[in-house]
Amino acid sequence: MAIFSVYVVNKAGGLIYQLDSYAPRAEAEKTFSYPLDLLLKLHDERVLVAFGQRDGIRVGHAVLAINGVDVNGKYTADGKEVLEYLGNPANYPVSIRFGRPRLTSNEKLMLASMFHSLFAIGSQLSPEQGSSGIEMLETDTFKLHCFQTLTGIKFVVLADPRQAGIDSLLRKIYEIYSDFALKNPFYSLEMPISMKLKAEEAGA
Amino acid sequence: MSRPAHRRPEYHKINKDLFVLTYGALVAQLCKDYEKDEDVNKYLDTMGYGIGTRLVEDFLARSCVGRCHSYSEIADIIAQVAFKMYLGITPTVTCNNASRNEFSLILDKNPLVEFVEELPTGRSSLCYCNLLCGIIRGALEMVHLAADVTFLQDRLKGDSVTEIGITFLKKLDEKKYRRKK
Repeated sequence: MAIFSVYVVNKAGGLIYQLDSYAPRAEAEKTFSYPLDLLLKLHDERVLVAFGQRDGIRVGHAVLAINGVDVNGKYTADGKEVLEYLGNPANYPVSIRFGRPRLTSNEKLMLASMFHSLFAIGSQLSPEQGSSGIEMLETDTFKLHCFQTLTGIKFVVLADPRQAGIDSLLRKIYEIYSDFALKNPFYSLEMPISMKLKAEEAGA
Repeated sequence: MSRPAHRRPEYHKINKDLFVLTYGALVAQLCKDYEKDEDVNKYLDTMGYGIGTRLVEDFLARSCVGRCHSYSEIADIIAQVAFKMYLGITPTVTCNNASRNEFSLILDKNPLVEFVEELPTGRSSLCYCNLLCGIIRGALEMVHLAADVTFLQDRLKGDSVTEIGITFLKKLDEKKYRRKK
């Protein structure tokens, strides 16, 4: 999937819509027997691999699921602590899935407001008057495209660096936004959008 | 994807009479609900403001106009692109004062008043199309331009043409949105 995510940021810098559509490429599931030869530690409400990298499980990967059931931060789905559960030899053999930790929604909110500020700094740093803000941010694994409307709403798309046609995608997303979000009489402007229709259209 | 840069999407057309009759029913109901003309005008303006804040995004998304650099450009775009897109008419623009911040849109044909013969007795100061004023005001505010929009002349009140006056006030400060976190 060449488009990784879509973010919509309002005038004040708050995230009002977010859609992720990438399949994480680095995930590994293995069965372990007691004792666990990886060193796990708790960091930022997640259980991460601190040492013992092997077989596709790298340092920094988080525990995503135990025995097929997704974990919830540092607790399993039944509410037990992950580290405690894995310290108990009676629970073994256990199958654990590791992978690159996904961003939580709070982190996404924070990143969106940081991007909003950087966008403003971008336009102020410009040697020319009346410059636009950041339009594209490029790294070796993705390209971030940003389109700011005349009303101050920013549409941000993270895509594969080789993906073309993102400008027309951004315009199309703007049209979808104006159709689904704005024409809903019960939607207040600048508030988070939670519409399934919009998600389907955006995914299409 | 071989799409041209400015793609005009298909418009969903509805029956014009339905729209005009709905607007008429709205004004008639407001007249029943409120005794004073000023109240009806005020509520029409408020409703128009709510419509304008949303309609502007739809307008910008579909018309691909760029950033305007002067008030007269804005007045021209409202008259030639926006009115054409939503009401199918093209009012003429005149500039009213030397400092170039007061403009008038002169409508010689107003589809909203097609079925209205005259204002009812006792409602002589009703601005029938005040919704339009609210829409323009709301739309301009969303692009950070404060403006006063009123009816200067109205055919329903006996004048020869319908004239909407737009007075641009000081440009709204964009920076205040950056400080709110």
